[in-house]
Amino acid sequence: MLKKRLIPKLLLMEGRTVKGVAFGNLRDVGNPVTNARIYNAQGADELIFLDITASQEKRGILYDIIAQTAEECFMPFTVGGGVRTLDDVRRLLLAGADKVSVNTAVVENPDFMREAANRFGRQCMVGAIDYRQDDNGEYRVFTHGGTVQIDKDPLTWAFELQELGVGEILLTSIDRDGTNQGLDLEITREIADAVDVPVIASGGVGTLAHLAEGFKEGHAAALAVGSLFHFTDQSPIKCQFYLKGEGIDVRIGQ
Amino acid sequence: MIAIIDYGMGNLLSVRKAFEYLGEETIVISDPQQLQEASRVVLPGVGSFPDAIMALSAKGWLDVLQRQIVEAGKPFLGICLGMQLLADEGEENYPCKGLGWIKGKVKRFLLTDKGLKIPQVGWNEIRPTGNSPLFQKIREGDTFYFVHSYHLVCGDEKDIAAKCHYGEDFVAAVQKDNIFATQFHPEKSQDNGIKILKNFIELKA
Repeated sequence: MLKKRLIPKLLLMEGRTVKGVAFGNLRDVGNPVTNARIYNAQGADELIFLDITASQEKRGILYDIIAQTAEECFMPFTVGGGVRTLDDVRRLLLAGADKVSVNTAVVENPDFMREAANRFGRQCMVGAIDYRQDDNGEYRVFTHGGTVQIDKDPLTWAFELQELGVGEILLTSIDRDGTNQGLDLEITREIADAVDVPVIASGGVGTLAHLAEGFKEGHAAALAVGSLFHFTDQSPIKCQFYLKGEGIDVRIGQ
Repeated sequence: MIAIIDYGMGNLLSVRKAFEYLGEETIVISDPQQLQEASRVVLPGVGSFPDAIMALSAKGWLDVLQRQIVEAGKPFLGICLGMQLLADEGEENYPCKGLGWIKGKVKRFLLTDKGLKIPQVGWNEIRPTGNSPLFQKIREGDTFYFVHSYHLVCGDEKDIAAKCHYGEDFVAAVQKDNIFATQFHPEKSQDNGIKILKNFIELKA
């Protein structure tokens, strides 16, 4: 059987790992290459790196981090943040990324995803959906690191991304991000049940029970986790043992 | 020296790093003539079947591979698409002839159970089926990392080295003489994957 995946998510800013709440209030949580080594040793199933470095000039730092991680962590990496062109995708893949996550660039130019999926294969392309409730209580997709609202609901956008050729969807609730209050199970389940590609759910995991809920009630194929690993003494392998005990089919770090 | 074939498809860096981690000298080659110097050959690959065959053919790989691998018998490891290309034929996008080293066809997953997603992405348990030296020290139930929508259906049961299950049983690895190939990514499968690559470099050339 295919295992449910647990994926540490590292938010990068100017060469450091950071973590915030609802996409703001960032705190430094260490050196990303060191973080990656630790999660690798603790049996994480994959890693996600999302670069939020504002300036394009400092982009080179990201390639270095990926290349250094690839030296000794023999596991899949997804890399995203500021990916706008086919050349950006190619450069990340050459640096050692296996999958590239894209948000803003697809909203602005859907053909970009179609072309990228054709050229690099759909298994390389991850569609990232950041969403939150707007003032009217409607769920809406956001781009530009959660700052620009788009007139689309996450489910509709998930279908469109699937049509454009993404191989996976990385679904993040901005409202839950960094809050430790648990995943948005309702939206996660709605989208995971509706689309044919795997959904990685993210935003809000603060306890072991939240992980189990994400799989059992959210129907996610994978969970991306930041705060739980950065700020508590939980590790991927401890979480896997817990999930196994809860009857969820996970890999126990090898 | 392990030659890793660069034909414009796939993540070569990870494969190279994994062999270097094991202390092996590697060379990434994009000119078929360089294959002569290699003692072992790896064909990675991510992308679509027809694109890959066209790229190999355009750069003149087909004849050289036939001579060096099939005739001269150098140990060969195909990974992911690099395994599928060994089949007689693929059906991705449109029917397309493969290398024809392993009898069989490459087909898309037929998933009747609606809960299963395509591509299969993630860690799955394998079951070695024969005594392939590639699977030394690997046990039934060990997990490996897969990313694929298509799989090789073998025409000859004895070419199968390992199986896996995703909605249906499918072939996770093949071996025929000096030709080895895995549908999963050993270079992305942590310790178990490293064991597979180690087994490959320890094969007698």
